[in-house]
Amino acid sequence: MAKRPKILLLDDEQDLLDLYQEILSQLPQQPEITLCNSGARALALLEGEPYQLMISDLRMPKIDGLQVLSIVRRKLPELRIIIMTSMVDEQYRSRAYAMGVDLFWEKPNTPDEIKMFQDCVAGFLDRDEKAGGFRGMQSKSLVDLVQLECLSKNSSLLRIINGALEGKIWIQEGDIVDAKAGELEGEPAFKEIFSWRNGNFEIYPPDSARTRTIHASHHALLLDTAQAMDEADNEAEEKRTEALAKAATSSLSPYASFEGVDFALTVTLDKKVESWGVDHPSAMGEWILETEKHLSALGEKLAVGDLNLVTGQGLQNRVAVARGQTAHLCIGFKRALDNEQVGDTMKQIQSKWAS
Amino acid sequence: MGFLSRFTTKTAAVEETTHLTRLTSGSFTVDAKGHVVASTLPGTFPAEHVNAIAQAVLSTFQNAQKAQLPLSEIIISYAALKISARELRGGAIIFLAPKKL
Repeated sequence: MAKRPKILLLDDEQDLLDLYQEILSQLPQQPEITLCNSGARALALLEGEPYQLMISDLRMPKIDGLQVLSIVRRKLPELRIIIMTSMVDEQYRSRAYAMGVDLFWEKPNTPDEIKMFQDCVAGFLDRDEKAGGFRGMQSKSLVDLVQLECLSKNSSLLRIINGALEGKIWIQEGDIVDAKAGELEGEPAFKEIFSWRNGNFEIYPPDSARTRTIHASHHALLLDTAQAMDEADNEAEEKRTEALAKAATSSLSPYASFEGVDFALTVTLDKKVESWGVDHPSAMGEWILETEKHLSALGEKLAVGDLNLVTGQGLQNRVAVARGQTAHLCIGFKRALDNEQVGDTMKQIQSKWAS
Repeated sequence: MGFLSRFTTKTAAVEETTHLTRLTSGSFTVDAKGHVVASTLPGTFPAEHVNAIAQAVLSTFQNAQKAQLPLSEIIISYAALKISARELRGGAIIFLAPKKL
């Protein structure tokens, strides 16, 4: 059975998240859809597991869609991103595209628009991710792009961006004359750029004054880079394994495996906060300490025994706070869970936390 | 009778020193300043305790709002008492339910 693609839906309005989930669940690929209502939570989720596509709103409190986009683009250049917004503004559209978004959509309102949106997302999910592709010419690889320029005897400067990395290739009358990627120059830089599978490119007017440092033909260079790309594959796999291992070492990330958990935070009595997926960890840490202090004093006054658990329901989440001997634990749950489910899951998490 | 009076005298002394209050079930509503607007609690339940509960609940809602975690409902579980509160335009409706063994 084919692996179901994973989509992350990010919007601060729960009703819209539910609606998009319903729309996308009708896709033929039957994607696994994760709902998320804050930028910080989205970043935590993306670090924890691989997603094929993220669909994000633009206007959100705390971290807006453009901020999320800039962080995600730098960290995960291979992730496809669709912006869905009601702000039909050319400035936002061009900014989003400049930051490497794959598609900028106005939120669909009519059945026809919804159908077009479904077709578009289905098209994204059908793409072979291993084939890579540079935004602006998604069906072409960088090899195709350079060959096209060289065979056409063009003179141009190619600027390639892959997350935080930037490379340049100078072409004069169909010959590759120089390349630069970070500190690297010449052929090593050219090979480095070709080891990036995804990214954005821009074509600038030629720089005729550029000194020639590459003398090999473009055929020879491209053959060499095929080998470099194979090596890059292996390195990328190693980096990915390393990143996943790093995410797994966070002491709070294991709680994400419990059903309905959205975020986690611990705060020690001396105010040291550790968090996973929380927007304002220090403010929340202070709230937990204050709350525990007030409610413990109340418990003593009423003589009703120890404070076992405090749960709360907000607009977007449910939270549960449990006390330990030297620290307090706060877990955020999805709003859809009921009090009983929150209580049961919290008991399991508490026993894991205590151990 | 001298034997029995020993027990009765001791029990009375314990009650006097610990001021134990019988936990009660019921609800009350407070405004944003913590003033009780309506109550179904028996008159024997001390007003001092009602005020303490109201202040603790209101400050929990207010501090959560400051921490950008606005809550509409909280449940506080003690070993012997469960307090449920729902936010009402800055005030709250608060339910008390003693736990049964």
